[in-house]
Amino acid sequence: MGASGLVERLKKGLDAPICLTWELTYSCNLQCIHCLSSSGVRDPRELTTTEAKALVEELERLQVFYVNIGGGEPMLRRDFFEIVEHAVAHHVGVKFSTNGTSIDRSAARRLAAMDYLDIQISLDGLDAATNDAVRGTGSYASARRAMDHLAGAGFGPFKISVVVTRHNVAQLDGFKALADGYGAQLRVTRLRPSGRGVESWHELHPSAEQQREVYRWLLAHGDGVLTGDSFFHLNALGEPLPGLNLCGAGRVVCLVDPIGDVYACPFVLDAQFRAGNVRDGGFTAVWRESELFSSLREPDAPGACSSCGSYDACQGGCMAAKFFVGLPLDGPDPECVTGHGAEALAGLDPAARPAPAPGHSRPVTLLRRKPAAAGR
Amino acid sequence: MTLALDAAYALDPRVALRPEPFGALCYHYGNRRLTFLKSPDIVRLVSSLSDHGSVAEALTACEIEPRRWPAFVDALASLEASEVIRGR
Repeated sequence: MGASGLVERLKKGLDAPICLTWELTYSCNLQCIHCLSSSGVRDPRELTTTEAKALVEELERLQVFYVNIGGGEPMLRRDFFEIVEHAVAHHVGVKFSTNGTSIDRSAARRLAAMDYLDIQISLDGLDAATNDAVRGTGSYASARRAMDHLAGAGFGPFKISVVVTRHNVAQLDGFKALADGYGAQLRVTRLRPSGRGVESWHELHPSAEQQREVYRWLLAHGDGVLTGDSFFHLNALGEPLPGLNLCGAGRVVCLVDPIGDVYACPFVLDAQFRAGNVRDGGFTAVWRESELFSSLREPDAPGACSSCGSYDACQGGCMAAKFFVGLPLDGPDPECVTGHGAEALAGLDPAARPAPAPGHSRPVTLLRRKPAAAGR
Repeated sequence: MTLALDAAYALDPRVALRPEPFGALCYHYGNRRLTFLKSPDIVRLVSSLSDHGSVAEALTACEIEPRRWPAFVDALASLEASEVIRGR
């Protein structure tokens, strides 16, 4: 079977996902403006330790190779290490994404002692000004501190995970040098208009020219940089980028959220893309029997893109990106490199966009005026 | 990139192999790479390598016709490069 035969087979879905994203908590000490899960406050319905461990054992039976643990900030869960150690003991590898705040010297040593564990530290700017504008004051310093501790503890090649925005495209070489300096690996992924990104995407997403720059940069760096295969919409620019050229949502990957809801992918936390809940009969039943996932495994409908010669290359782009900007799912990706997306976006009434769900963002509180110091 | 027909190989102990209708998925917990085995024949061959003293013996035992051996040897060489199998 050739590569394209394999892709066609994968589009029909597998009996179990290859890997899945598992958000452990909606609790987060940061409030990144592009957070795909609108995290901030813990949800009281989050899976208990016992339920989390049962899910791990189910994933082991399905031979799911690894889970991408995220949140929120997963390390804020008091049973974080207990869950991770349970996964590793049950042959489910763990990659987890963190803002690094909780990685002090002793946490770094504990992490370095574990096998089958990958860590991704999020960093969205090469300097505090660029990073903190997106991720919040002090987040650059805490991410770098975590990297220093991991390097100091001899963790080995951790990942530095960058969401590409119009403010950091020019820093890609710098990110690569930073990763190389730590003996780390760089991971760059596509910004989606999900979660709090429903609003911030319009200001943050790379321009058309910057997208071409990202494409050229990724081609030049090949397999040396991880992408989660998230830039396949750029394949319409020419030679395909390394990786699988398909949307894996509900076919080979999915997401389990902190309360056990199963969604097609990490970027579509919306009722329309919710396949079920692990508390109702288990994860396997949701994966194999949900109507939503069955429909995602049907042959693609190119829709408005059917007359475009680039459809085979870009596969119509990202479902989540279309949905959250208000474009039809069988229409062009908002960042379509041939410009069809920008045209379609220009014709949309911004009021018709899906309203950002309140999610788990912290409530906005009025700043309290400090009592004036007496006697000065 | 080639490998000797008289050498002995085995699945790398860090690799998990998951059968699929098209063949199998292999995940390497050391280098974290996913590899696709794209036919049931190559899955049988890879799985049986450790039971035989050489690649040639494994090919014979799996009833792979000799005219197809070069393609399978190429496939094994590429699996060795990605650390799915290793010499023993």
